[in-house]
Amino acid sequence: MKKLALSDEILLEIDKPARYIGNEVNSIVKDWEKTDIHFAMCFPDVYEIGMSHLGIQILYDMFNKREDVCCERVYSPWPDLHKIMKEHKLPLFALESQKPVKDFDFLGITIQYEMCYTNILQVIDLAQIPMLATERSIDDPFIIGGGPCAYNPEPLADFFDMFYIGEGEISYNALFDLYKEWKSSKKSREEFLKQAAKIPGIYVPSLYKVTYNEDGTIQAFTPIEDGIPAKIEKQLVMDMTSSPYPEKPLVPFIKATQDRVVLEIQRGCIRGCRFCQAGMIYRPTREKDVEVLKQYAYNMLKNTGHEEISLSSLSSSDYSELKELVTYLIDEFKGNGVNISLPSLRIDAFSLDVMSKVQDIRKSSLTFAPEAGSQRLRDVINKGLTEEVILQGAGEAFEGGWQKVKLYFMLGLPTETVEDQEAIADLANKIAVRYYEIPKEQRKGKCQITISTSFFVPKPFTPFQWAKMYPKEHYLECARTVNEAVKNQLNKKSIKYNWHEADVTVLEGILARGDRRLGKALLAAYENGCLFDAWSDFFDNEKWMDAFAKTGIDPDFYTLRERALDEIFPWDFIDAGVTKDFLKREYANALAEKVTPNCRMQCNGCGVGKYKGGVCVENKN
Amino acid sequence: MRIRIKFKKYGVMKFIGHLDIMRYFQKCMRRGNIDIAYSEGFSPHQIMSFAAPLGVGITSDGEYLDIEVNSTKSSEESLKDLNAVMLEGIEITSYRKLGNSDKKAMSLVAAADYELFIKENYEVPDVNFEAALEEYFHKPSEILITKQTKKSEKVMDLKKLVYDFKIRRDENNRPVFYLHVCTGSTDNLKPELVLSSFYEYLGLEFHPLSIQIHRIDVYGDINGKFVSLGEMGEIIE
Repeated sequence: MKKLALSDEILLEIDKPARYIGNEVNSIVKDWEKTDIHFAMCFPDVYEIGMSHLGIQILYDMFNKREDVCCERVYSPWPDLHKIMKEHKLPLFALESQKPVKDFDFLGITIQYEMCYTNILQVIDLAQIPMLATERSIDDPFIIGGGPCAYNPEPLADFFDMFYIGEGEISYNALFDLYKEWKSSKKSREEFLKQAAKIPGIYVPSLYKVTYNEDGTIQAFTPIEDGIPAKIEKQLVMDMTSSPYPEKPLVPFIKATQDRVVLEIQRGCIRGCRFCQAGMIYRPTREKDVEVLKQYAYNMLKNTGHEEISLSSLSSSDYSELKELVTYLIDEFKGNGVNISLPSLRIDAFSLDVMSKVQDIRKSSLTFAPEAGSQRLRDVINKGLTEEVILQGAGEAFEGGWQKVKLYFMLGLPTETVEDQEAIADLANKIAVRYYEIPKEQRKGKCQITISTSFFVPKPFTPFQWAKMYPKEHYLECARTVNEAVKNQLNKKSIKYNWHEADVTVLEGILARGDRRLGKALLAAYENGCLFDAWSDFFDNEKWMDAFAKTGIDPDFYTLRERALDEIFPWDFIDAGVTKDFLKREYANALAEKVTPNCRMQCNGCGVGKYKGGVCVENKN
Repeated sequence: MRIRIKFKKYGVMKFIGHLDIMRYFQKCMRRGNIDIAYSEGFSPHQIMSFAAPLGVGITSDGEYLDIEVNSTKSSEESLKDLNAVMLEGIEITSYRKLGNSDKKAMSLVAAADYELFIKENYEVPDVNFEAALEEYFHKPSEILITKQTKKSEKVMDLKKLVYDFKIRRDENNRPVFYLHVCTGSTDNLKPELVLSSFYEYLGLEFHPLSIQIHRIDVYGDINGKFVSLGEMGEIIE
């Protein structure tokens, strides 16, 4: 019988022991002795979040399909177990074999959001691997990072041996082959890293030197020796349809955030919203064949026993075969007790018809993400949604029986004024007015409009990468303005407003566009006890500020500065497909309040045409 | 048509709590192609009910759930199909069709029996358990204990709720405590409560974590007699 890394005593004392025992449906247990490459794949957050992540499921399945690879999973131990592991000096383990992470050849960490950076340090620390890449020996695993935050890996440069830039499906095979060759050659750790740095998409931070100007900006960012590429090109899948996909995804025992079959229908987004990093780095938009998706849907439901299936993409409505796919899912599975969930759908006649078939209208709500309150500001951020479209969609929905509307906005956007903020409340009110236009006898009571705002954080590889952020007080002032404006609306009783604390926003801003000098502050923050920063219960801003002060970092340098157009950014060594010229053009368009059409309407020459695939070559055969 | 399924829970699965076991079984029904019936409405759910929830950390040879099916294969085939989609730590041991008059397992539960072991990494206290049991359990006419509930304290007479208490020795001569106790919604008695009371009588400190509890079976009250829930219904040929 399986031997667990944790004793009965520990497992029965902590919350949700099922997080740590493995054994889930469709988990893959390989023979440790018969595999050459042991890869511990980590999502640095709690199990329920990590298990919901599609990217890891794809790579876990793909890696394990190689006979010589044993890929296992690792998640962040919850603070209750963290404390016990530190006290008893228990090494962090992987779920399948329950073996210590330090016995693996690789520790791969997906970096999905900035607020998990201290969790990354926790994983390395609990794994009992030296924290700094420079302190690791030949017996330590290679730590490799990937995911969207790897598009600016610099704040984490001290802790990782390598980063993988782009989609994981492409270059890991070359890395594994190289590893086997290196392992038998008995050469040094540095030698492996030098060879790995030549694989497309692999970035080895220790092989690059950064110098700074007197004002703190980067002067030069260069490889330390010949043969190491100056530019790292993002890797991406060009044939989405035949690319590997896990038809037997893992099924956790405890309820994960994503407790359903997830069907990825496309990657990328044609829209070009100027605040959205995903919309830029996953370009070009690439669709999967609808017939293959139908087959996947069937197989995945069969292999998991899930009672729900959801589509995954940045903008499902832009998938060209959406109608066919959704009709198939409803006809094929709805009668068998399978729920169908359709996120990121634009509200129109088709989506309302579909939603009325798959949801209980009385309970479900419509979601709009105008992101900005005024048309002027929506033009700045290139969010193509107009007030007219929103009111029409909401109107049709109200007439169809819906009563609940959720509205998502951002505050602190470039060029934003008080008027733009107040327009949020105004828009909500107009939606309510539209609802009350329905004759009283035809509607069922009040409508419920919920406004949620988040604070905007400029991200690398977006047109707003030059933009300044604001002090915390400014963000809270923005939220107060919206709140006051909501209270002044005629239909204020039908409108609810939610907003968040601003401390996390500022910190996220520092890390998102930070450089490698932040490494020591990160370490100090972890040593101060920062952990699970994405969880408001645990986030402690004072500990972070203390860490910056101790390490001589000025947070304002990273957030309050509007960057010069010719500034060298820490992430400029990455070729993400979209060119810096395109981003500059788009920044200028934003400031000129000029809308850029989406990729299907017109090619805007962003740079990804060089990959010769996806939307760039649609209808061009 | 109603089916009663009996299963074992062992190994690492003992850490999976009752609610998650329910979710696990819902997915197993789909994977195992059981033609289970669904409730009506916008979010239909499988018609399934469990007999008696098992606490986290406890293993069992006798767990039960009742399901409603539209159609079914033979018991043998269904067992095979279900076990093909089980994980290590859960094994289906019986699949029987219930009669129309058979009550739901959940409402029948009246008693359960258990074995309690001192875990291998704990020393066996140096006392004569067998002799003490005679004095503690068999001789007195009542054994009063105070049970702490969320809201209040309740005095219970173990003599009325413990139907049997025996001690056997395993191959290493370590004691195994056998307990047959009242179970169900009204007078649910946890076996560790009895053992803890026995330890207290012996002047021993009781560490719940030092004991592995194993449920042997669950019984219904049929006309004043305890009948194993697994004996009800009939095998489908």
